[in-house]
Amino acid sequence: MLGSSIRQIGARLRDASVTSSELCEAAVRRAEKIKELNAFVTVTKDVAFDGAQQSNFRFSKGKPIGPLDGVPIAVKDNFCTQGVQTTCASRMLETFNPKYNATVVQNLLDAGAVLLGKCNMDEFAMGSGTVDSFCGPTKNIWRSKFDPSVQKQNASGDGPNSQDRHDWHIAGGSSGGCAVAVASGAVFAALGSDTGGSTRNPAAYCGLVGYKPTYGLLSRHGLIPLVNSMDVPAVLTRTVDDAILVLDTVAGWDAKDSTSIAIDERPACIVNDQNIQNICVGIPTEYHSPGLSEEVLEAWNIVADIFEHAGAKVIQVSLPHTPASIACYSVLNQCEVASNMARYDGIEFGLRSSESESSDELFASSRRKGFGEVVRSRILAGNYFLLQRNYTKYFVQALKVRRLIVNDFERVWSSGVDVLLTPTTLSDAPQYKDFIRLENQQQCVMQDYCTQPVNLAGCPAVSVPIKLSKNGLPISLQLIGKFSDDRMLLSVGRFIEDAVKFPRLNLND
Amino acid sequence: MHSIHIPRIQVSFFRNVKFSFERVSKREKTSLSDKQIKSKTGHWQSVVGLEIHAQISSRSKLFSGASTNFGSPVNCNVSFFDAATPGTLPVLNRSCVEAAVLTALALSCKINAVSLFDRKHYFYADLPAGYQITQQRAPIAEDGKLQFQVYTPSIHKKPYLKSSRIKQLQLEQDSGKSLHDSIEKRSLVDLNRAGVPLMELVFEPDLEDGEEAAALVKELCLILLRLNTCSCKMEEGALRVDANVSVHQPSEPLGTRTEIKNIGSIRGVANAIQFEIQRQINILNKGGVVINETRSWDPVYKQTLPMRDKEEKQDYRYMPEPNLPPLRLLIEGQLIPKDAKNLVNVTELQNRIPELPEETRRKLIKQYGLSSESAIQLVNEDQLLQHFIEIMKLEGRDAQMIVNILLIHLLTTLNKNKLSLEKCSVTSATLGEIVDLLQEGRINLLIAKKVLNEVVIGNSKSPSLIVEERKWIQITDEDEITKICADVLKNNQKMVEQYRNGKTKLFDAFVGLVAKHTDQRANMEVVVKKLKMLLQK
Repeated sequence: MLGSSIRQIGARLRDASVTSSELCEAAVRRAEKIKELNAFVTVTKDVAFDGAQQSNFRFSKGKPIGPLDGVPIAVKDNFCTQGVQTTCASRMLETFNPKYNATVVQNLLDAGAVLLGKCNMDEFAMGSGTVDSFCGPTKNIWRSKFDPSVQKQNASGDGPNSQDRHDWHIAGGSSGGCAVAVASGAVFAALGSDTGGSTRNPAAYCGLVGYKPTYGLLSRHGLIPLVNSMDVPAVLTRTVDDAILVLDTVAGWDAKDSTSIAIDERPACIVNDQNIQNICVGIPTEYHSPGLSEEVLEAWNIVADIFEHAGAKVIQVSLPHTPASIACYSVLNQCEVASNMARYDGIEFGLRSSESESSDELFASSRRKGFGEVVRSRILAGNYFLLQRNYTKYFVQALKVRRLIVNDFERVWSSGVDVLLTPTTLSDAPQYKDFIRLENQQQCVMQDYCTQPVNLAGCPAVSVPIKLSKNGLPISLQLIGKFSDDRMLLSVGRFIEDAVKFPRLNLND
Repeated sequence: MHSIHIPRIQVSFFRNVKFSFERVSKREKTSLSDKQIKSKTGHWQSVVGLEIHAQISSRSKLFSGASTNFGSPVNCNVSFFDAATPGTLPVLNRSCVEAAVLTALALSCKINAVSLFDRKHYFYADLPAGYQITQQRAPIAEDGKLQFQVYTPSIHKKPYLKSSRIKQLQLEQDSGKSLHDSIEKRSLVDLNRAGVPLMELVFEPDLEDGEEAAALVKELCLILLRLNTCSCKMEEGALRVDANVSVHQPSEPLGTRTEIKNIGSIRGVANAIQFEIQRQINILNKGGVVINETRSWDPVYKQTLPMRDKEEKQDYRYMPEPNLPPLRLLIEGQLIPKDAKNLVNVTELQNRIPELPEETRRKLIKQYGLSSESAIQLVNEDQLLQHFIEIMKLEGRDAQMIVNILLIHLLTTLNKNKLSLEKCSVTSATLGEIVDLLQEGRINLLIAKKVLNEVVIGNSKSPSLIVEERKWIQITDEDEITKICADVLKNNQKMVEQYRNGKTKLFDAFVGLVAKHTDQRANMEVVVKKLKMLLQK
């Protein structure tokens, strides 16, 4: 039941073979079962049971709101939830209890979805592994003791050596908690955020669909920002169809977000088996980066072949400024971080140190205590870049590079390409012990290589799981679409999904 | 008919009355005019430039829906955004954009079809986000000009026209307020003002002294009030003035400047700048050096003092505000953007600009034959101007007489009763009636002042009725006046002798005695004529 798609579970709720409350109880049990993976910062049991009960009532009257009514969902802990702690996985916001709901959260609740919890992440979404959280790292469910294949191996004595406590795989990040929550079956969908790949990356490592919408399509009101000009609320689901259902529920113009855009009302070009030959798939050569693993490359080739055999036009294209993207992103990210974090001074909300010598001392010590090292170092770098004497050299220069990257995409689209096919990550999920050998900055450089240019351009992208690696871990690929062409992109994603038949994780109830 | 008395009263009035900002009482008259500075200290030239923050009269804040009402209980006008609650975003208030455009147009600025918002970073407890949203790189308007009359009657003999260029006009947020409790050793923060919309007007250093600066601020206030874009209540902080001041020798480059922050009244602007000019001259004359610093104006001790905070040079680390798209305006004749239907229409706003003060002055001079001094003074007090226009609606009334009644006698009467013009409920009709009584010769000016006093202190009867009841009708019968005058002279033979022996100053005393004798009802013109006649005999 917990492993089914939203449409399937919706059908069961409607035919009353299961009630919203029963579903909710099962989901809470599942969340408790996988507790040691640390997917949730907060499991909102009471909120969930309340929501489920109201949903029961609507179903009993035969008047469910829509396809998400009664469906357990989770949101990353950087979306404001009224009356529910919203920590951004930071000590700074450990006690922050918002008095309002983020627009996208409100939209989900209005659709009858049942909020099961708030998911773990890297502090303020600054990371790509969900390892830098004040409540500890999130572990990947794949190759964990909950993975049925591991259970089978353990039974036969070939299981991984559980002696090493760092012997587990990271979930990816920074929306790693969301990914594990969805992959485990505790929820059917989760809202993550995606600034440089933070949703696509953990989706790729956890065998999920990770959809990063066009910038502005989903309101950012209530999403605690990392980089305002690149942040988007993003969707993690087990199937592309589920992602579309969530998109339909949460997208749209929001008066509270001046950068939000209206849904394109024009009928989208929906790609299917019949008309796949009309589309042109671009393979950007720059994404074949030095660190790319053989297995990902192989998957990339397999899917390119699938397109070609189906009759689509597959061509090599160039996005020449891709290698400059990470440096550009890094400067813009740190500048906005420095600015966005300025509000955490301990006055209106969040951690306040007991320091009382002067207000400057109070600010300094609250920030020293509240922020982790990664956050503090990014603030420092960002403030350095924004100094009057450095502004042109770094910030303005980064903006120019960003323009070049946007132009790269524009050029490709105008040459007739409909979607780009790229890897999402360079390999399958690394082991924690290997991952933490690198510093946060280095981790991000590796992890975000393929995902992050899209954020600079604002285009939509979706990561789709393709196959399992030799290690039994998911390998995924990314499809990138034109600005505002989300539906077409997702339909291509569904075509791939149907073609590759990825072996989804199915936990025993 | 009353021209004899008017000049004398006018002089005393300007010395003693503190009503309008332009008029200086004797005690306050410590500021020095430009000329005095030169004669005292050699040829120093002073240069003054202003930066003015004007709160926009809007119902809600610049980027949130919270109220801007002044005087609400502490922290009651605060939205989540105003408190910088994580996840909240700014949404630009359209009416603030319209107000800024309207103001910019009235000040002959070039309106920018595209302007941008920036973040200006600094840590302060009453700045919740750690940055202020302002328009540093591309303001909504630039290159304006403000022309104004400089006329402080106690200082200038004649008004003169001055003009200051406006560098830019930008939209920005106000900060909150910190209250420091030194006894409890704590600071309290009130965020009611946080996010209140401001227009910052940056003027070029085109002024020479404090009086010019005060006149600029006064004219700006008059314009903003006409546009209804700012209440200009300086006592509420709705309009705040920063002044950059420096002095130098002619032919030498500009001197080091100081900035006087947050001056809270128009007279304060004049006084603070004059003080600062003199202070800098004194330093330089002694061979000292002026330090580039921020100073505050102490209106009680009448001096500028260095401000302790902001000693460190701040780097504001400006950055584009990523949550606000560029602000686009619709300007006729310029390229219309794709999504133009919701843009603020500049051309339409241009047509909404009302008559501005300078135009009113010109009209008053041309249409009613007023002197430029009277026109300036009337326009400075909008209520008096409204009275004037209303009273003049009836044909045949004497414009100059009305001006005198309003600018001199009404203000004196209010002052005597410690009443303000704002609280004065005397109607234009009542004032008009007094003018009519005066003009028809039914009362004289002394009685008119008595009637004014009656209505000002709340007598609700009509002036005619008051005059009738009190038997204040003017004595105009020449024979009767002759007889009274003769009586007065008869009873003061000694003075008459002195007068005839050359002490002609006594004439006024005779006039006074007749006035007293008739309860001030005699037609003074006739009295003067008859007395002269009788004394010549």
